[in-house]
Amino acid sequence: MSEKERTAIIRFRDVSKFYGDFQVLKSVDFEAMSGERIVVCGPSGSGKSTLIRCINGLESYEQGEITVDGQRLGKDAAALRKVRNQVGMVFQQFNLFPHLTVLENLTLGPIRARKMSTGEARDIAMRYLERVRIPEQADKYPRQLSGGQQQRVAIARSLCMEPRIMLFDEPTSALDPEMITEVLDVMVELAGTGMTMIVVTHEMGFARKVADRMVFMDHGEIVETAAPGEFFTAPKSQRCRDFLDKILNH
Amino acid sequence: MNRLLLVFLAFALSACSANWGWYVVNPQTKAGWTNLTFLLSGLKYTVLLSLTAILISIALGLLVALPGLSTRPWLRRASRIYVELIRAVPILVMILWVYYGLPQLTGLTIGVFWAGVIALALSDSAFEAEIFRAGIQSIARGQYEAAYSVSLNYIDTMRYVILPQAIRRILPALGNQLAYMLKMSSLVSVIGMQELTRKANELVVTEYRPLEIYTVLVLEYLVLILIVSGGVRWLERRMQTDERS
Ligand SMILES: Nc1ncnc2c1ncn2[C@@H]1O[C@H](COP(=O)(O)OP(=O)(O)OP(=O)(O)O)[C@@H](O)[C@H]1O
Ligand SMILES: [Mg+2]
Repeated sequence: MSEKERTAIIRFRDVSKFYGDFQVLKSVDFEAMSGERIVVCGPSGSGKSTLIRCINGLESYEQGEITVDGQRLGKDAAALRKVRNQVGMVFQQFNLFPHLTVLENLTLGPIRARKMSTGEARDIAMRYLERVRIPEQADKYPRQLSGGQQQRVAIARSLCMEPRIMLFDEPTSALDPEMITEVLDVMVELAGTGMTMIVVTHEMGFARKVADRMVFMDHGEIVETAAPGEFFTAPKSQRCRDFLDKILNH
Repeated sequence: MNRLLLVFLAFALSACSANWGWYVVNPQTKAGWTNLTFLLSGLKYTVLLSLTAILISIALGLLVALPGLSTRPWLRRASRIYVELIRAVPILVMILWVYYGLPQLTGLTIGVFWAGVIALALSDSAFEAEIFRAGIQSIARGQYEAAYSVSLNYIDTMRYVILPQAIRRILPALGNQLAYMLKMSSLVSVIGMQELTRKANELVVTEYRPLEIYTVLVLEYLVLILIVSGGVRWLERRMQTDERS
């Protein structure tokens, strides 16, 4: 890899976050290199969502420092805007805009935030709809699509902003089993393009296939981080072993 | 249902016709016809006044509701105080205050029509604000998060994502507020606005037939309100089929 790609594109330094007395993130140190694909796992309530939502400023933090693509996330609104231009996010519940067609869902960001013309935005939208293999659904409303299709639209919506980083928060957890593969396939393909990806998921097959690094969280801490080979065969901590036992053996 | 109601009313009124002097608004006589058109001539102002006032109060309501949902406590408090203050003023008092008080305060003279519009719009804006607040709060957090994550700013998020959904949900409530506004506009008669109620009052003074004239007045409002609530129901039905398709 070139020198530029080896620099950390996301950097957490000693980050803590609180909900009142409850500490959700405990002095988290974390780095992601440009082009790196990281899978985050851990028990429910361990702070996975909170961690990745800090990356695009959907959550604030009280202590430490987060920088994304050279911008320090804090009170600075301009920095936040720059970060959000570079970071796409896919949610567990899709969060498509129900009153807009698929095409309008995709072109809203490019038109309003990237100041594109309708024509340009449309071209980009169609390109990414083809990428996620549903160009024929462009004029439908989200509710007319299956869950798997909706999640692929959501992925395309993020890609239309042409971000450098994509965040996924349990993108397949709300899907019926038969639709999980179609979404994972799109994500595997995306991983092949060199996109920086941070994925919260319990799909360990996907993790084995694409992850450069696994991150295991528990009680607001990053307990363990390792390459998948090592992570699945020889987890160091007891907590991580217990967790893997639970999700791999059923 | 509506038609049944009207038939029933007509029947009830004609049944005891012995006590009534319907000649006063009998369209078959020249005098009756003149009286009737005189009564109906207020319709234009009632409708115009109510529509103008509701449009302004909706805009005001939104301007008050948005800071009410802010994360900044002082903005929320300002919105709260406005709503509480406005709600505490009786509409009739508001009309008198705007028509007689405001010109003294500002040095501007305000015509009857605009005084009525301002008073009704102010009074109603507190309720519109509460309707907007509830409507906006009913939109899931995920919608904001999705909008922010495609880099939309607050204004674009509201304009293109949140409000279009919220307004769909509150349309029936806004319609009800219009019906309410039509009724409240009768109070503007006290400052001489030539709307339906004022016309009826004037005719009663010359004809001495309050029973018949005010009955016609009741029917005029009834028809207006039925039209509005019919419209609201049509909208609700349309939105339901929208959501199902
Ligand atoms: N708004 C909030 N107020 C208070 N506590 C919260 C809030 N949001 C999250 N939490 C708490 O913070 C902790 C971490 O939440 P988070 O959603 O990051 O966990 P997670 O690892 O994503 O869990 P899951 O697998 O269930 O999605 C949980 O214990 C949760 O109850
Ligand atoms: Mg979560």
